[in-house]
Amino acid sequence: MAERNFTITAETGIHARPATQLVNKASQFESEITLEHKGKAVNLKSIMGVMSLGVGQGAEVTIKAEGSDEEEAIKGIEEVIKEGLGE
Amino acid sequence: MSNLLTGIGASAGIAIAKAFRLENPDLTVEKKQAEDIKAELENFNQALKTSKQELEVIKEKTREQMGDEHAEIFSAHLLVLSDPELVDTIRNKVREENVTASFALKEVSDQFIAMFEAMDNEYMKERAADIRDVSKRVLAHILGTPIVSLAEIDEEVVIVAEDLTPSDTAQLNKQFVKGFVTDIGGRTSHSAIMARSLEIPSVVGTKTITDEGKNGITVIVDGLEGKVILNPSEEEIQEYKQKQADYEEQKREWAKLVNEKTLTKDGQHVELAANIGTPDDLEGVKNNGAEGIGLYRTEFLYMGRNELPTEDEQYDAYKKVLEQMDGKPVVIRTLDIGGDKELPYLDLPKELNPFLGFRAIRLCLERDDIFRTQLRALLRASSYGNLKIMFPMIATLDEFRQAKQMLEEEKQVLIDKGITVSDSIEIGIMVEIPSTAVMAAQFAKEVDFFSIGTNDLIQYTMAADRMNEQVSYLYQPYNPAILRLVKMVIEASHKEGKWTGMCGEMAGDSVAIPLLLGLGLDEFSMSATSVLPARSQLAAITKEDAEAAALEAIEMNTAEEVKNFVEKKFL
Repeated sequence: MAERNFTITAETGIHARPATQLVNKASQFESEITLEHKGKAVNLKSIMGVMSLGVGQGAEVTIKAEGSDEEEAIKGIEEVIKEGLGE
Repeated sequence: MSNLLTGIGASAGIAIAKAFRLENPDLTVEKKQAEDIKAELENFNQALKTSKQELEVIKEKTREQMGDEHAEIFSAHLLVLSDPELVDTIRNKVREENVTASFALKEVSDQFIAMFEAMDNEYMKERAADIRDVSKRVLAHILGTPIVSLAEIDEEVVIVAEDLTPSDTAQLNKQFVKGFVTDIGGRTSHSAIMARSLEIPSVVGTKTITDEGKNGITVIVDGLEGKVILNPSEEEIQEYKQKQADYEEQKREWAKLVNEKTLTKDGQHVELAANIGTPDDLEGVKNNGAEGIGLYRTEFLYMGRNELPTEDEQYDAYKKVLEQMDGKPVVIRTLDIGGDKELPYLDLPKELNPFLGFRAIRLCLERDDIFRTQLRALLRASSYGNLKIMFPMIATLDEFRQAKQMLEEEKQVLIDKGITVSDSIEIGIMVEIPSTAVMAAQFAKEVDFFSIGTNDLIQYTMAADRMNEQVSYLYQPYNPAILRLVKMVIEASHKEGKWTGMCGEMAGDSVAIPLLLGLGLDEFSMSATSVLPARSQLAAITKEDAEAAALEAIEMNTAEEVKNFVEKKFL
């Protein structure tokens, strides 16, 4: 399993367009990918799941991927996040 | 016999065509055991596939007709249809509970809709509408109930519907859809906004159009005045055809003025600005060539939600408006809540006389936590454009001084933190209370500008509640009493080298415009669609004539006299 922590720095948190981008990215991979925040985990391939978490600015999140392409998945998602969501 | 309905004119223009009813298909679903689970799943997959194909087409069409931003919503719809949490949950439900796909879809999507509707964030609430729109489409395909496709209309029609969803509106083909009329909705509902950007005449909120608008009857839609005539007489049709031709002709004339400066016949410049409620209104501001924003009503940021907007949310909105106006003046009014505008989450006590009560600046000075948050957001945004801050409902100098003091304190806090704040923000007040108009000479020494809010100034001067139909005859913008107050305010500001604007309905009124020009008003702020007509009117008047007329008007006895006089002289 591959895992990485991020801090969301975008003012709007994970909303709207950033959420769509994350889900689109995650959906490109075979692995099961989850987004965890405050002890709650959702499927990162689910737009409704991701938005229901209500991740705001300053939130600490964990992304976990498990499957044949888990390393690539984490890398791909990291790129999307660093492009404007957080670090 | 013809039948007149009134509603809210959501998009200007006149349309005359046959009614086309957009019926909501019967999509009621009952809990039923599935007879063949495999067939149910197959049916569901096929419905998903067809829905996706349709949405791709709608998305492309929207992109071509309205641009990327409007098309974005359908990308979200498509993602919902690919969402494993939705799709897999439905499939599992069919398998495990042995129910039909239609029932499973309804159950699961209703749960998501309820979840998003319960969220206290405006953006999330809108997502509930998306899920509803999308699941309706899939459900119709599962049930084999054809959705009336707007794309298939091939003759000129006026759409009659309870309401239009985003995907309905996006499918409107301008070639055939000449107008639409709905039961519900207001000027800012999604369908109204889309109608304006498509320039399809429409009237919303008629309450009863779906009861009376039978398929095939002739309908006149008057989006200018918010009227709908069903089964018009031959004379009415001729009358409206003329009105339509006049309007089209006039629009062509007005369009020539979009990039022109506002000049009177003798070359005097006055500023024509627009009133806005949200950053979404900026498109209209640009299309109509406004020279600035004379009133940005910030209350909309606070309304239709369950909690106060954060400083960042406000900052984003203010910054967007300032940036997009690209250095042109933007007057932002601080929170004007109370009176007829309530915020349920503030839990304010009910008042017998809300218009005379705890509202606007009175509330903000008391709840300075709310006020200071807004001030910080404004100050932080100030470096992105030409910001002017305006306090509403100021009755005494002391209120203005307190508000200004808070603004200065917050500014210092931000500067100490190293945040850039513009040092040329003008600070002004709304003049809507007679005491302030009378004391304008004193105020003018301390404020940077005045903006006269005529809707309230008239109701307070005439002591006539503007929500009360029975005293509506007292709502008299041309009453010499009002004109004299306006004159006092303008003169007081000019004496101190300051300026005066007006941001009530009166500023865009064709009878008032010559008088206001004559009284020396510097800035006229109105709804965006009034800007070009006003610019065209001003170009035909000399300031000299207007001044003479204004002097005569304030000596008159009644509003009626003033109106007749101006109409004879200028219209």
